[in-house]
Amino acid sequence: MPALSISDLHKTYKSGLTALKGVSLDVKQGEFFGLLGPNGAGKTTIIGIITSLVNKTGGTVKVFGVDIDKDFAAAKRLIGVVPQEFNFSIFEKVQDIVCQQAGYYGIARDEALVHSEKYLKKLGLWDKRNVTARELSGGMKRRLMIARGLVHDPKLLILDEPTAGVDVELRRGMWDFLVELNQAGRTIILTTHYLEEAELLCNQIAIISDGRIIENTNKRDLLRKLDKETFIFDTKAPVDNVLPLEHVIFSVTDGTTIEATLNKEQSLNNVFKHLSDQNIIVESMRNKSNRLEELFLEMVVEE
Amino acid sequence: MNRNLICFTTIARRETTRIFRIWLQTLVPPAITMTLYFIIFGSFIGSQLRDIKGYDYMSFIAPGLIMMAIITNSYTNTVSSFFSTKFQRNIEELLVSPTPNSVIILGYISGGMVRGMSVGFLVSLVSLFFVRLPLHNIFYILLFAFLTSFVFSLAGMINGIFAKKFDDISIIPTFVITPLTYLGGVFYSISMLPDFWQTVSKANPIIYMVDGFRYGFLGSSDINILTGVSMLIFFAVALFSVNLYLLKKGIGVRS
Repeated sequence: MPALSISDLHKTYKSGLTALKGVSLDVKQGEFFGLLGPNGAGKTTIIGIITSLVNKTGGTVKVFGVDIDKDFAAAKRLIGVVPQEFNFSIFEKVQDIVCQQAGYYGIARDEALVHSEKYLKKLGLWDKRNVTARELSGGMKRRLMIARGLVHDPKLLILDEPTAGVDVELRRGMWDFLVELNQAGRTIILTTHYLEEAELLCNQIAIISDGRIIENTNKRDLLRKLDKETFIFDTKAPVDNVLPLEHVIFSVTDGTTIEATLNKEQSLNNVFKHLSDQNIIVESMRNKSNRLEELFLEMVVEE
Repeated sequence: MNRNLICFTTIARRETTRIFRIWLQTLVPPAITMTLYFIIFGSFIGSQLRDIKGYDYMSFIAPGLIMMAIITNSYTNTVSSFFSTKFQRNIEELLVSPTPNSVIILGYISGGMVRGMSVGFLVSLVSLFFVRLPLHNIFYILLFAFLTSFVFSLAGMINGIFAKKFDDISIIPTFVITPLTYLGGVFYSISMLPDFWQTVSKANPIIYMVDGFRYGFLGSSDINILTGVSMLIFFAVALFSVNLYLLKKGIGVRS
């Protein structure tokens, strides 16, 4: 039984905007699932429908086999959601916010206090438990929403852009935490703009564009579709030009930087040999952009 | 404890905490306003007026003023609290949870009732400085206070559901509740009106609330008490049903 099963999901808003045009996808139990797409593609609408913030126009949604049209309350108990925008009362204390959420799920206050302590400690917010939410930094507010989303121990955690606006160090800490949650058996669905994040965390990725799923496969297969990749070489000495090589496009962007775009057929070994034959010494090398980002742009632009 | 009961106590606790956390905004101003009513209408003007139904003017208007405080504060609390949770989007905390709509409504109106009854109690205390009110039937006093607070909390919730901006939460209190309250027999007995206006006045639901509440103190009323109780129960059921329908449809809270 999938953790989430969406079939032929449609949504047309009152304004006439059709946000979803028949979305179908399954998320297996225990998966770390990435839902990617440009702004306005329909990611947040899908999450809104799963969590009941948006009324669907058509289609079915099942959470661990529970149809939301038949028993939404039971389905909701299995879901924890971390929304994109802050949606807590800024005047309430951190621990109160988390405990109240537990209360809304029918968890008695004594137990809620224990749960909230566990997650606030885990997310480094325990020292802030008695301060009001407005006194927290942006990163702390994000972590507060994660603690709140987890307080009822959901089997499926949905995170909508959880690391938006979070600094690099904190983002890495959050990634570690999410991986730990996933390894403990929790199914996670993540939407993100940071494709590096999706490439690092997710084992299954779906790409949505203009209300339709245009790709839904595991990460390895998806990256295999990437037929070219661009590398940047920093050279020891200035270079005027590079001789041509089959399946590679070279360009010298400034005196000591070469960009090389390789087709699948070509290997990096040949590129190094080719450069070495021309007495070009490479000091360092990096990807021009994230691999998934290239593929994503390719697919979305094609659409 | 039953899950729904935990949900209810969680919302009720949050609402009540909010009222007492900002008591300078929620409890003190209405008490001061009502004190001014007692001083101006009761002492200054009332002393120049003749008795109504055998009671001096201050004794006559005191129950009406207490009821006015209950009505205004029950309504204001629910509409402002519900709208602010929509405005800050923390209503989503409840909407994503399995909390039934009926429990959400009861939770919010519990806040309105706590504030309405608390202010009503405070105003009753203030009234003791001006008049010694008789207590004819404490049961009717509590019943009418409870039902009125319940009804106006529900009405405030409907306003909160529809409100899209801060202006929207003050339009109904200003243009509907206040005129109906002033014309609802707080300052006069409808028996003093010509027949035609007595009939018209009976279309004002606040008449039944003020009259029944006053009966609890003074023992005399313009309208049959059981009619008043029936009207209040009817309004309570109707407004609760409207709230349930609105939340079920997601009007004002879901896209």
